[in-house]
Amino acid sequence: MRTLGFLLRKEFKQIFRNKSLLPMIFVAPIIQLLILPLAADYEVKDINISIVDHDHSTYSQQLISKVTASGYFQLADYGNSFKRALKLIESDKSDLILEIPQGFEKNLIRENKEKLFVAVNAINGVKAGLGGAYLAQIISTYNNDIRMRWLQQPKFNPMPQIEVTSSNWFNPHLNYRFFMVPGILAVLVTMVGAYMCGLNIVKEKEVGTIEQINVTPIKKYQFILAKLVPFWIIGIFIFSVGLFLVARWVYGIVPVGSLLLLYSYMSLYMVAVLGLGLLISTFSDTQQQAMSITFFFIIIFMLMSGLFTSIDSMPHWAYIIAKCNPVTYFIEVVRMIVLKGSSFSDIKYHFLVMVGFAIFLNGFAIMNYRKTS
Amino acid sequence: MADVVLNNIVKTYNKGEVKAVNNVSFEVNKGELFGLIGADGAGKTSIFRILTTLLLPNSGTASVNGFDVVKDYKAIRKNVGYMPGKFSLYQDLSVEENLNFFATVFNTTVTENYDLVKNIYVQLEPFKNRRSGKLSGGMKQKLALCCALIHRPTVLFLDEPTTGVDAVSRREFWEMLKGLKQQGITILVSTPYMDEATLCERIALIQNGSIMSIDTPDEIVKQFPENLFAVRADNMSRLLNMLRSNKQIKSCFSFGDFHHITFQDDNELSQNKLIQTLQEARFKDIELKHITPTIEDCFIKLMN
Repeated sequence: MRTLGFLLRKEFKQIFRNKSLLPMIFVAPIIQLLILPLAADYEVKDINISIVDHDHSTYSQQLISKVTASGYFQLADYGNSFKRALKLIESDKSDLILEIPQGFEKNLIRENKEKLFVAVNAINGVKAGLGGAYLAQIISTYNNDIRMRWLQQPKFNPMPQIEVTSSNWFNPHLNYRFFMVPGILAVLVTMVGAYMCGLNIVKEKEVGTIEQINVTPIKKYQFILAKLVPFWIIGIFIFSVGLFLVARWVYGIVPVGSLLLLYSYMSLYMVAVLGLGLLISTFSDTQQQAMSITFFFIIIFMLMSGLFTSIDSMPHWAYIIAKCNPVTYFIEVVRMIVLKGSSFSDIKYHFLVMVGFAIFLNGFAIMNYRKTS
Repeated sequence: MADVVLNNIVKTYNKGEVKAVNNVSFEVNKGELFGLIGADGAGKTSIFRILTTLLLPNSGTASVNGFDVVKDYKAIRKNVGYMPGKFSLYQDLSVEENLNFFATVFNTTVTENYDLVKNIYVQLEPFKNRRSGKLSGGMKQKLALCCALIHRPTVLFLDEPTTGVDAVSRREFWEMLKGLKQQGITILVSTPYMDEATLCERIALIQNGSIMSIDTPDEIVKQFPENLFAVRADNMSRLLNMLRSNKQIKSCFSFGDFHHITFQDDNELSQNKLIQTLQEARFKDIELKHITPTIEDCFIKLMN
């Protein structure tokens, strides 16, 4: 125990003397939390639309003003040549073309029927899909308006209609940041655990100090614990800064659920991730090697964790990979507790899985760690 | 009584492709200053790593203080001091912090064993708050020695302690080792510098993982089988080529200002004949003299 205390004191001294590591630990997470959630925004706004109007009627004017007033669309061009509008799409100045045919108003009134043409630039799939959907929605609302005005409402609705009203739970304003901030918090903690702990151990190998340590009576568990504990504490510290400083004061996110539950899960998760770092360090001899291996895992873990894309919509094989990823569970739990206020019984299963990860990763790492070669 | 014993130690790397240590056996007596002399890659570090329990031998047994290096490694780690060839203290900790740290991991304190390191540490004292990474090469070696000594080890392993250190510091370092020997510490030191060999009580000459000779430096020199001559002339490189192609000469190596040679027929006649040949080849300032061999001469002799 006394030895462990001395080792820990040494580790902290070294961490606080490392001029390049310190800003990485304390400043980088805050900057990342400030930048990422604002930048990674899924809401599609400012779609450039070109309108080709062959009709120039009151109705076409009304439709155009509905489209531009929706807030989603930016009128890039208004004219009467489809060719010209297509040129704009080709030069990427416009994303959508809405073509209003000649006699739009006339046909609509006389024949109760008219067709509009919408062309979408589908290079950016999300933008195209959402843009098309928004536009279709605006047109159909407009269509309903006209119907109301022209048709006499029958006493009984001739056709049964289902009207859907939706209400958004846990994030009523569909604020994308509410979704992103807890996820990014989880990612930051993962980085500290997997990178810094592993690199620290490998550094001792690379510099050769581990040789000197290995011929001392320091026990394996003491050395490993002295490496894990500081980063475990730093991880919790960063998480707290992110949660109480940035998430609360910048984004106004106040955890709905129990903080105790959140921190106990986070502590457990840190043990698992530190185990990963430890495991990587046993496989590498230089910091460069450790960095490359960790980078490989972190990229996969990030992209397959449900941080950006929902894992439920992944193909089955990818879903299985995501389920083998500890980050997935942590992001899920952070979102559940912070946004939904889930209780222990809701995340029992997550706890169990994380205990498994922690035992597996640390056990494997300790088995693989040798004082003698 | 022997403090360090090696019996037929074999260590191979790359699944037997590289034989680093080949059937090495020797003993180091209690309180002895024993030198392991050999060129780079001779297997010195492998032997040290086996004895300090960092490396497992493929076959053979070894013991330190009577403890087996494989079975009783824990006991050995408590009782030996090891100074690796590469500086391996914490460069971001200060001199004092490094010393304190290594004292505490051995469950002792600096004050408890200060008398042992005092002579060395006084030289470091002015820099005690400096980070060890910022010390000069000689100072680093001294600090490393202090840290290896701070728990009062019974056996001290020094792997090439003077490599990359200037001549003055090297001499000082060997003085310190003599002082430590007087304290009864067994010291096993390796070096690629032949001139340091004479400073040890006994030496083992090692080449390609095998021991060529073990004895006191004087004995090894005495065992040199032939008369050795040093020869000098105005054009040394031409002289070397000429000597090497001369049938009379058995061996010839360049040694600083002189070429060291031995004759096929070791008598006065061949000496005169050589001088005559050299004069005919228009060499000037020819000098030929009989010398006592150095360890290096013995080493080269054994190598061939």
